[in-house]
Amino acid sequence: MTEKSIIRNIKNMDVSKVKELGLIVFIILLSVVVQIRNSSFLTFENLNDMITNTAILSILAVGMMLVIITRGIDLSVGATLALSGMISALTVSKYPELNPLIVILLGTIIGLICGSVIGILVAKAKIFPIIATLGMMNVYRGLTFMVSGGKWVSAHQMSKGFKNIATSSILGINTLIFIAIIIYIVFYYFINHTRTGRQIYAVGSNPDSARISGINTDKILWLVYSIMGGLAGLSGVLWVSKFASAQGNTAAGYELNVIAACVLGGVSIAGGSGKISGILLGSLLLGILNNALPLLLVSPFWQQAIQGFIILFAVLVNAIVKENIKKKNLTRRKI
Amino acid sequence: MQKRIISNNKDITLKSFFFQWEWLLILIFIIINIVNANLSPYYLNFNTIIDATMTFLDKAFIVLPMAFILVLGDIDISVGSTVALSSVVMAVLYNMGIPMPVAMIICLLVGTVCGFINGYLLVKFKELSAVIVTLSTMIIYRGIAYIILEDQAAGKFPKWYTYLGWGYVGKIPFILIVFVVFAILFGLLLHKTTFGRRVFAMGNNITASRFSGVKVDKIKIIIFTLTGLMAGVTALFLTSRMGSTRPNVATGYELDVIAMAVLGGISSAGGKGRMIGAVISIFLIGFLRYGLGLINIPAQILLIIIGLLLIFAVMVPNLKQTFGRVFRMNGTK
Repeated sequence: MTEKSIIRNIKNMDVSKVKELGLIVFIILLSVVVQIRNSSFLTFENLNDMITNTAILSILAVGMMLVIITRGIDLSVGATLALSGMISALTVSKYPELNPLIVILLGTIIGLICGSVIGILVAKAKIFPIIATLGMMNVYRGLTFMVSGGKWVSAHQMSKGFKNIATSSILGINTLIFIAIIIYIVFYYFINHTRTGRQIYAVGSNPDSARISGINTDKILWLVYSIMGGLAGLSGVLWVSKFASAQGNTAAGYELNVIAACVLGGVSIAGGSGKISGILLGSLLLGILNNALPLLLVSPFWQQAIQGFIILFAVLVNAIVKENIKKKNLTRRKI
Repeated sequence: MQKRIISNNKDITLKSFFFQWEWLLILIFIIINIVNANLSPYYLNFNTIIDATMTFLDKAFIVLPMAFILVLGDIDISVGSTVALSSVVMAVLYNMGIPMPVAMIICLLVGTVCGFINGYLLVKFKELSAVIVTLSTMIIYRGIAYIILEDQAAGKFPKWYTYLGWGYVGKIPFILIVFVVFAILFGLLLHKTTFGRRVFAMGNNITASRFSGVKVDKIKIIIFTLTGLMAGVTALFLTSRMGSTRPNVATGYELDVIAMAVLGGISSAGGKGRMIGAVISIFLIGFLRYGLGLINIPAQILLIIIGLLLIFAVMVPNLKQTFGRVFRMNGTK
């Protein structure tokens, strides 16, 4: 009996690792191919650039993963990001002496408020996440335009300290990367080693059992959307600081990239599963694609379709692997 | 799980008849029109109102099949991209010298194929949710449209083609007539045929439907294919109205369409909804947009209003359920 269980453990381990291994192999293959075609790919500057460009995406992917784990989805990410970015940019243009840290805090709080409104709608009013976030996406996007009066806040209106948030570097490595790393460490600990973090998975794998076993599912749902909002708010400040321009339509449609990064990273839309390492690889893959396709002189008009095909491919492979595992499990049990 | 009632022709008492979602929609609709009429002296005029329908009916064609998809409990967010792809293909083929009628048929075909691919993937890979499949095809279809046309615009359609978007039959816009015909067809299909009954059954319990002999997969593919076809129809009218096309047309249509259907009382949980509600909400949002446009309210404020309306629409039935349960509990005690 022990022998059998050990074998099963080994097999299960393989299965859960296979997905990430596949992703890693794919990333390495892609890098090698790109490097052969264009030798400027694997240079420190390019890698630094590439990871900087991926940092915001990867921060958002953390929040999105939590939401998807609870069987939800958040389409309002782009709008929340734009709203917080716009408000913080307006604040900076009015009070140029403001400490950048306070601006970051301000943006995060705005995002938190936006997120917690969605959380209340989902948890308390029992509105489907896709509908609630769709509605609030419109509301936040509209608010962004209203706050700014339809105008842009451009580079010359921003203080140097503010622009330095995203453009300065520590030890030759961009600040954005550091912020992303800190967030990943914090959330790795939060998801894997705290009670609340584990409860998120419990709510996602089976909401009814979670409720019966004494987990406050409403609170968890609310928390998850608030975290997503907070991270989107933070990303808003970083985004505006990085591009030195805040517009009404900042990051429109960016939510799809974030969801794509999660799906590529093996987060199951059915809820209950998803790993920090997975989404890190997922966003990295998207980042490499964004960076490598221009290096390979692929026409920019081809990029969207190529990305779409790769996402679809990853999703399908995922599904096929899952189905095979199911079949194997059934045959092992001799049903 | 609360009990859901499959039948939509339950015993109609006078009270339940007037406490339906559709009446609330009609009420909002009337309020919007009164407000519009008061705000703008140019509004309350037969020609204005009839002409206004031309401005928003193009995307309304997708709402009809989208209602089916929502009743199934699925969702399709690739419709905007499908519109763009079929429109672009049509324009490019016409500019290559293919006669316009053939190009129009190909436009419909492209939409149909796009829809079929969605349905086929969903049926073939049961693990995948509709959100993910249509999300990736959304990116792919729009991407293909960009590959075909890059940053160009294509147009120079024959003169008669503009009739689709701008023409009148008597005093009534051609597009309105076509829409009414389609709406009646889809309404009958959903509410008066076995096919429609099966769709409701699948939305309530797909496993039970399968075991009772409903060809679940076939119905799903048919519905998604229909959605693609109607996206093709939208492409025809939209392109005709605009006179030319670009790969980025119809961006965000999917959200508008879903908002219209959900506001019409079609539950995204599946198994509930009526076509008439969706049709009323199409006109509701359309006139709201048109009326606010007349008095120069920016489109962004409209976004807020539509977003809040959407949430309000979904929240009210939920609240009613919660409070209804409280009342019932008091009653039994």
